[in-house]
Amino acid sequence: MNNSMLYARAFWGLMLRDLYVLRRDFVAFAVRTLMNPFMFVFVFTYLFPKMGQGFQNARGISFGTLILPGLIAVAIFVQGIMAVALPLSFEIGTTREIDDRVMSPLPVSWVAIEKIIFSAIQSVIAALVVFPLIYFIPVSPVHVHVDSWTVLVFTVILASLASGAMGLMIGTIVKPQHVALMFGIVVVPITFLGCVYYPWAFLQKVRWLQYLVLLNPLVYMSEGLRTALTPETPHMPVWATGIALLLCVGLIGYIGVRGFLNRILS
Amino acid sequence: MTDTNDSIVSIRGLTKRYPGTVPVDAVCGIDLTVAKGELFGLLGPNGAGKSTTIGVCTTRTLPTTGTVRIAGLDVVATPARARRHMGVVPQYNTLDRQCTVWENIYFHCRYFGFSSDISRRRTAELLEMFRLTERAKSSVRELSGGLAQRVQIARAIAHEPEVLFLDEPSAGLDPQSRLALWDSIRQLLTRGITVVLTTHYMEEADELCDRVAIIDHGKILVCDTPSNLKQSVGAQKLINLHLRDQNDPALQQSLHALAGIKAVEVKADVLRLFADSLDGLLPKIVEVTGSQLKDISITEASLETVFLKLTGRDLRE
Repeated sequence: MNNSMLYARAFWGLMLRDLYVLRRDFVAFAVRTLMNPFMFVFVFTYLFPKMGQGFQNARGISFGTLILPGLIAVAIFVQGIMAVALPLSFEIGTTREIDDRVMSPLPVSWVAIEKIIFSAIQSVIAALVVFPLIYFIPVSPVHVHVDSWTVLVFTVILASLASGAMGLMIGTIVKPQHVALMFGIVVVPITFLGCVYYPWAFLQKVRWLQYLVLLNPLVYMSEGLRTALTPETPHMPVWATGIALLLCVGLIGYIGVRGFLNRILS
Repeated sequence: MTDTNDSIVSIRGLTKRYPGTVPVDAVCGIDLTVAKGELFGLLGPNGAGKSTTIGVCTTRTLPTTGTVRIAGLDVVATPARARRHMGVVPQYNTLDRQCTVWENIYFHCRYFGFSSDISRRRTAELLEMFRLTERAKSSVRELSGGLAQRVQIARAIAHEPEVLFLDEPSAGLDPQSRLALWDSIRQLLTRGITVVLTTHYMEEADELCDRVAIIDHGKILVCDTPSNLKQSVGAQKLINLHLRDQNDPALQQSLHALAGIKAVEVKADVLRLFADSLDGLLPKIVEVTGSQLKDISITEASLETVFLKLTGRDLRE
């Protein structure tokens, strides 16, 4: 058996194991994926308008339309943390159960890349299950309009890979005992400052923050999906989000794989 | 032993330095060859360099200098290919907690490119061989230490490796589980699998291994069959005397002169006498040492005494 065949089979074996575990735990996966966007959409786009407290943008864009791309971006991003960072942190740091997969006949860096790709698959599924929820619950109609399916597909794939890469990077850095801390100091700021609940352009009144959040990969996921799904809302140009997401995948992915190798090999 | 077609593990000039503010030389020049079908033991105290040596052999630790070949494949140049020829049981439980016993073995087969049918058949065979069939659907979280160890061995040989590395296999096991483990290891040999294990239990090395390398401070002190190593002590019994002054030359001379005493050694706070038999010897020793004698203990010649003789230290120190 040549090397490519050997590696491809080992890679497929790792993917099979992860898909098997995901299928078995699908209910838990769906609940953890749906709960946050469901509660958010229910309270802010259903309950608030019913109580006469609904948000309406000056340009006549409903709040539901404004946040739909952002909530999908969060669903994609959170999978990187849930599918890779948390399990990996324990598998490397506490139980060392990653050992058997690392000992498969595959270069160790590809074990890390498999984590990114598997996480991306979960992210795409998460985006698909979250979409109908945030489309149908809001009281005011949500306007979704796909100009280019190519842009949408590439944005979802790049955003999913970038979130998987972030998950890998965080999972190799964070020790199991610091997981709760990581949520507080990494996940919460990234989510709240990720242009999820407002377009990036609206931040122009707080210039310093508008530039600072450019360091946040979630900004490009939200803005990219805004371009693809709700083009009438203000959004970054498609080339900007495309390049930024490509850079995120490359750079964060590289740091994640290096971190993985450092943790696994001595 | 030199490299031949019969060797499965070949280590040449292996060194490993862990960098840091205080660099640590874990392995300082090891040469070793393990023949096919052998049960080879690396015996030494904790921190001697055994696990680092196994770490390099199993592609998890990168050597500073030297080469390691498994089935003729260089573990640094071709780690992924080399892993096909080896199975590894680390000293901690690395079973996949998300999976059952059956799934752990089945997916291991899939990682090594086996088809679904062959993986299922192989998993069933191994569960049978290791008396785990009843536990097939158990979560690995529910297993006792001994059972988990058995699953780990079954999993490690699932892809039919030629050599199995076991790092401190009986650490943390109760005596009964340890005996069961030894049986499993012997069973592997009958299936033609070469076994390399590390241990700091001299009974384990003595009982199981065809050849033993005693390792300390990253170097191999001696490598031979357990019986040859024990014979090298030159006596069957070791009599340890704690005296008020063990450096008294006159006393040492008098003890050496006793019939049956083959050698006398001073080690730290103990005077050690080597003899083949204790027959009638103890009263004479008591008579010669008189009021100088504080305590006396007797041990059989064992791999531990070999280590003691070579390093002056106890294996457990």
